Amino acid sequence: MAEVAEQEEKVKVPKEPLFSKKNRKLITDPLTDNNPITIQVLGICSALAITAQLKASIVMAVSVLFVLGVGNVVISLMRNIIPSKIRIIVQLIVVASLVIIVDLVLKAFAYELSKELSVFIGLIITNCIIMGRFEAFALGNGPWKSFLDGIGNAAGYGLILVIVGFFRELLGSGTLLGIPVLGDPIEKTGLYAFGYENNGFMLLSPMALIVVGLIIWVQRSRNKALIED
Amino acid sequence: MANKTDSNTYTVLFAIGMVLVVGSLLAFSASVFNPQISLNKKLEKQQNILFSMGINEATLTNDEADVNTFVPAKEVTGIFKKYIKEQLVIEGDKVTPDSLAYLIDLKKETEKAKDPNYQRKLPVFIGEKDNEKFYIIPVRGAGLWDAIWGYIALSEDLRTVKGAYFDHKGETPGLGANIKEPYFYNDFKGEELFDGDQFKGITVAKGNADPKNLDKSDHEVDAIAGATITGNGVTAMIKKDLAMYLPFFNSLKNRVN
Repeated sequence: MAEVAEQEEKVKVPKEPLFSKKNRKLITDPLTDNNPITIQVLGICSALAITAQLKASIVMAVSVLFVLGVGNVVISLMRNIIPSKIRIIVQLIVVASLVIIVDLVLKAFAYELSKELSVFIGLIITNCIIMGRFEAFALGNGPWKSFLDGIGNAAGYGLILVIVGFFRELLGSGTLLGIPVLGDPIEKTGLYAFGYENNGFMLLSPMALIVVGLIIWVQRSRNKALIED
Repeated sequence: MANKTDSNTYTVLFAIGMVLVVGSLLAFSASVFNPQISLNKKLEKQQNILFSMGINEATLTNDEADVNTFVPAKEVTGIFKKYIKEQLVIEGDKVTPDSLAYLIDLKKETEKAKDPNYQRKLPVFIGEKDNEKFYIIPVRGAGLWDAIWGYIALSEDLRTVKGAYFDHKGETPGLGANIKEPYFYNDFKGEELFDGDQFKGITVAKGNADPKNLDKSDHEVDAIAGATITGNGVTAMIKKDLAMYLPFFNSLKNRVN
């Protein structure tokens, strides 16, 4: 909460409640009408790469939530001293060092967890959603707003990841979170007894693109205002 | 403010300051955390070796649900001493016991072995559980993105795989990363390495006719869908690394005969 006080002191804006309508919109918009993946087209690469299983999608969503929330605040606090000529490099350094320090701490004190996360580290640093929000929002807004924007966008990103991961794992492997839900494909029990087969194509990246495409289609057909010319 | 931050002098000074701050911050945290991290890695190696020969949480708790969990890191050192009877380092014809053989860095050894004059150190761990003897061999190779490695526990006659454990640095989650899932490494249990006297290794095979893996003498396990390169890496790593031990296996057999 100290951040808010600091921001108000600096910018001298009239007092605004912590969760004003405008601030709430920062969180809810990216979940629906300004979704980072389906509308802003940010973070597509990782959405394709790691959604073959639901668990990986969830882990990635939580990691990005953390990094984007904290990163946005750090960049926002630095926004008035960052030279505009090298701002992209500065953003890259901030996110890379944040992720490395978190990785070191996890390796030292939560080794098992860090092994689960290790493959995501590189994916987080290169995730364009992070750079995208730094550039588009945190450089021009106060820390509290930036924090909300980070959380909101990461949640919107995570929502799509979880939806895609759900369908890819269910249709591709017949499991959810690694637990078989459709029966045993080798023993031919459950759904497989009726001749159902897993669609191995769902496990490959192109299907993630198609699932994301379907989500975009559904979303735009429900809200015509989102359709561009 | 805007004018000041646009000047070249400010930009250069900011860049230098940033590098200094971030550099020292990272160096500092790395040196603070490193002792704990290397200890964790050491314990993990012990856990992996024990795990490949079938010693896991269930050995302690007698609860079947724990078979896929490592023995706890806090107790692993004692358990390791109890079950691993001997650790050997093979250098050519010379075999020496070395209680720190499990710390031999296979990556560095592979690098050094590029020099033809260097005699590569090959570690081998001899475990014993319920009067059954295991020879555990560490292997290391390349997956799709980065290194993969594992431990293969062999039966006393050195012909059959008794257990295996694989791990990786950065394979794709949900695809190649599944080599560390039980359904994959458990398939190796019982597989034959030799056809007569011919060393065959074990192939991670796509579209083999034996997805339930009932045929243990076909030198094949079922591949992971969507992870061809990682699977090929596992095949290559087992063939290449175990082949280096063949002279040692032969010398052991001759001694028995």
